[in-house]
Amino acid sequence: MAPMLEQWTPAKISADPMLPVPYRIKRVRHETKDTFTFDLDPVGDGREFRYAPGQFNMLYAFGIGEVPISISGSDGAMIRHTTRAVGTVTNAMRNLKRGAVLGVRGPFGTWWPVKEAAGCDVVIAAGGIGLAPLRSALYEIMEHRDHYRRVTLLYGARTPEDILYRRELEQWRGKFDLDVFVTVDRAMGDWRGMVGVVTKLVSRAPFDPASVVAMMCGPEVMMRFTMMELRKRGVETERIYLSMERNMKCAVGFCGHCMYGPLFVCKDGPVFRFDRIAPIFGVAEV
Amino acid sequence: MIETLERLIGEHPFFNGMAEQHLRFVAGCAKNIRFDEGQIIFREGDEADQFYFIREGLIAVELVVPPRGFTTLQTLGAGEMLGWSWLLPPYRWQFGARALEQTHALAFDGKCLRNKCEQDHDLGYEILKRFTHVISERLDTTRLQLLDLYGTHA
Amino acid sequence: MTLQIQDCVVFEHQYFDQLLQALVARGYQVLGPTRRDGAIVYDRIHSVEDLPAGWTDEQDGGKYRLKRRNDDALFGYAVGPHSWKKFLHPPTELLWQAQCDANGFQIVPQKQSSPKYAFIGVRSCELHAIAIQDHVLLNGPFQEPIYKARREDLFIVAVNCGQSGGTCFCVSLNTGPKSTFGFDLALTEVLQPDRHYFVIEIGTQRGADIVTAIPHQPAVEQDKQNAEQILNHTAASMGRKMDTTDIKELLYRNLDHPRWDDVAARCLSCANCTMVCPTCFCTRVEDVTDLSGEHAERWRKWDSCFTTDFSYIHGGSVRATTKSRYRQWMTHKLATWIDQFGESGCVGCGRCITWCPVAIDITEEVRAIRESEPELQRSKRDSVREGSRD
Repeated sequence: MAPMLEQWTPAKISADPMLPVPYRIKRVRHETKDTFTFDLDPVGDGREFRYAPGQFNMLYAFGIGEVPISISGSDGAMIRHTTRAVGTVTNAMRNLKRGAVLGVRGPFGTWWPVKEAAGCDVVIAAGGIGLAPLRSALYEIMEHRDHYRRVTLLYGARTPEDILYRRELEQWRGKFDLDVFVTVDRAMGDWRGMVGVVTKLVSRAPFDPASVVAMMCGPEVMMRFTMMELRKRGVETERIYLSMERNMKCAVGFCGHCMYGPLFVCKDGPVFRFDRIAPIFGVAEV
Repeated sequence: MIETLERLIGEHPFFNGMAEQHLRFVAGCAKNIRFDEGQIIFREGDEADQFYFIREGLIAVELVVPPRGFTTLQTLGAGEMLGWSWLLPPYRWQFGARALEQTHALAFDGKCLRNKCEQDHDLGYEILKRFTHVISERLDTTRLQLLDLYGTHA
Repeated sequence: MTLQIQDCVVFEHQYFDQLLQALVARGYQVLGPTRRDGAIVYDRIHSVEDLPAGWTDEQDGGKYRLKRRNDDALFGYAVGPHSWKKFLHPPTELLWQAQCDANGFQIVPQKQSSPKYAFIGVRSCELHAIAIQDHVLLNGPFQEPIYKARREDLFIVAVNCGQSGGTCFCVSLNTGPKSTFGFDLALTEVLQPDRHYFVIEIGTQRGADIVTAIPHQPAVEQDKQNAEQILNHTAASMGRKMDTTDIKELLYRNLDHPRWDDVAARCLSCANCTMVCPTCFCTRVEDVTDLSGEHAERWRKWDSCFTTDFSYIHGGSVRATTKSRYRQWMTHKLATWIDQFGESGCVGCGRCITWCPVAIDITEEVRAIRESEPELQRSKRDSVREGSRD
C-alpha cells in the first residue's frame, strides 16, 4: 500500500515564508495564446532552489497581487513556472518581459509520491494546465527511469493549439520509454490525433491495478471522471493522488481561504492521496 | 474462419455473457476488415447497414461543418464500437467516419442482425443492452467535452 | 507575606484603581471594558472611572441593550461585540512595504513590536478563545509573528462571571464560568449590602507581584465560599445550551441536511458572526500601490468566509450559495476545527447569537439537525423500500 505523503515542514523553506524574494525573469516562452513559461533567476545571491515536484510558489506582481503557481522545474538557482492567464494578476504577468522582477515566496505544500512509486507502474493523467505541476514529477521519474516499471502519460488539452510542451512531449515519447497519449477536447485544422476526453484514455494505459501509482492534475470534474475510470480498473484509492486547487492568500495555513473540509490545501495539500479527501470530494460547495 | 471469429467475439467483454446460439449468429454476421490511412468508412447520410468493432487503429467520427470542412468530433480506438444508427430508423448515418491510421476492425452486418432481433427478442434485448451502454458512455464523454473544462470561464 | 501561585486573597473595591495603576507603573498599556455607543466594548482604560460601573447588558438573539444596575458592580455584565482578538490578531496590519529600485524592487518588512498589553476583565470563555487562537497561530511549523509579538508579554486579569449572559453557553462547552488557566490574576467580584470586594486567585508570579502593590488580605473560607456560590449561580443560569455529544460526526454525516436550506433562507451573509467571534481568525491580504506606482504595500485585514469571493478561484467561487457558506462556518467552528486543532473552535460566548441581525442561533441549528436526524434516516429508508420516487 502506497504510504501517506510527508507533511510540509519549515526546514524546506530557508527564508521567512511571508516575505517575497525578488526574482528576475531570465526567459519568457509563450506556450499557447494564454499560457506562458517564465524562467526566474534570483536578483540577490544565487542560492539553489530546492523543492519537490507538486509544490508551489506564491508569485508576486509588484503592486498588483500574488497567486499560487505550481513549480514546473528548476535548475540550480533558476525556477521555472508555467502559468495560465486567467485573472488580474496572471494577466498582468503575461505582459512582463525579460528583465522584469517578480516576488517569490515558497516552496509550499505537499508533493507527488515520486519516491514512493518506485517499483510500480506509474500513470500520470493531466488535463489542461494540470500538466505544469506534473512536468517536474515526470522529469524526476525520467531521471531515475529504471526505478519504475511501465510509465504512462495521459494528457488532455482543449484544442491542438493549447497543447503544452509540445516538443518535450515528442522527446519523452522517443527517448524515455514512456507511453504518451495526447487527446484534445476539440479538434481543428489538420489534427490527426485523438479527439475526446482524457478520461477515456485510462482504459488504454498499460498498468497492473494492484501495483500502480496514479497522479492526476486538472479541473476537478476531469479528475473525478478519471478517477472513476481508474476505480473501474480496480485501482484502490490509496494508490491515487491528485492535486487540488483552492483560493490562497498566505500559503502557510493562517488565512483560512484554502480550507477544504478539515484540510488546508496550502499545507495539507495541494497533493492529496485520494482516500484522505474521499468523504468530501463529491460534496458540492465544500 | 468463422470458428476463430466466434472465439474472438465470445472472449471480448462487449459480447460477454451472451448465449451460445446468439454468439454464433453474431459471429456469422461478422467479417474482418481493414481500412487504410485516410480511408472514408462511411459518410453522413449513407445507409447505415453495418457497425464496426475496432481491433487496432484510430477512427475519427466527423461532420462537415461549413466553412470549416470536415471536423472531427471524437476519435475511437482499439476496443471501441463504432456506429449504432443501424439499430434505429431511418437507418442512416448521422455522422461520417474516417480512418486516421491503418485500422483493423470487425465489420458486422447490421441489417441482417436487426432483422434477426425483430424475430428473436431475446437476442434483441442482449444487443440493445450492450449498445445502450455504448451510447451512454459516448454521451458521458460528449458531455465532458461540452463542458469545455480547460476553457477560461471568466 | 509572600504570595504564591494559587493563593487566594481579597481586596476592597476602593483599591481597584490601584491595581490598574500598578500595571501602568510597570509599563503595561491597560485595556478593558468601557461603555461607548450603547455597548460595552474593549478599549484603552486609564483608571477605574473608565469601567462601566453599575451597568449590565440584556442579550438575546439579535438583541443587545445596556441597562443600569442598582449597584456599582464593575463587571456586572457578560461579553460585548468586541473580543480580545481585536488586540492580539488586529483587524488591519501592515505586513511589508516594497520600493522600486534599479534592481526591480526591495521588500522592507515591518518589524513586529507591540506595547505590553494588560487585559482587564477577561472572562473564562475568552481565556479559552485566546488559548484556541494560540493553537491556531503559534502551534504550527511557522509561528504567526504579529500575534506572537502581542501575546508574549500579555498580562491577563481574568474575571469570573457574576451572572450569565442571555446567550451564554460556556457550561455546555466546558469553558466556564470559572477561570481555570491562562491568567495572571483571576477576580471574582462580591457585592454585599455592606461590602464590595474582590476575591483574587494568583495565577503567576507576575500576578503576585502586582497584588503585593495593593492593600489586600488573605481570603478566608467564607470569602472563597461566597465566590464559589456566585459561580454556581452563574453556571446554573446559562442563557443557552448545546449538546456537543459526538458533534463532529453529527455534522460530518449531515452535510446535505435540509436544515442548511432553512438557515440559508434566513442568513444575510452579513459576516457579523465572524467579526464578533473570538476564535475566527481568517484574514485576507491587500496589495496596494501609491499613485506613482513606485511604492507598494501589503496589508493584512480580517476577512470572513461569508463573503462571496472568499473561496474564489478562476471562474467562480467554490462556495457560491449562502447555504454553503453558512455550512462552512458552522461545520468549521464545531467539527472540522476539532480535526485541525484537536479541540472545538467554539467557546460558548454567545456573541454570534446576540449580534446576528436575524437571530440565527448556533445552538438551535445544532439541535435541529440532531433532533431531525432519526426522522430523516427513517424517511430515507422508507423511500428506498418503496422504490425511490426521485
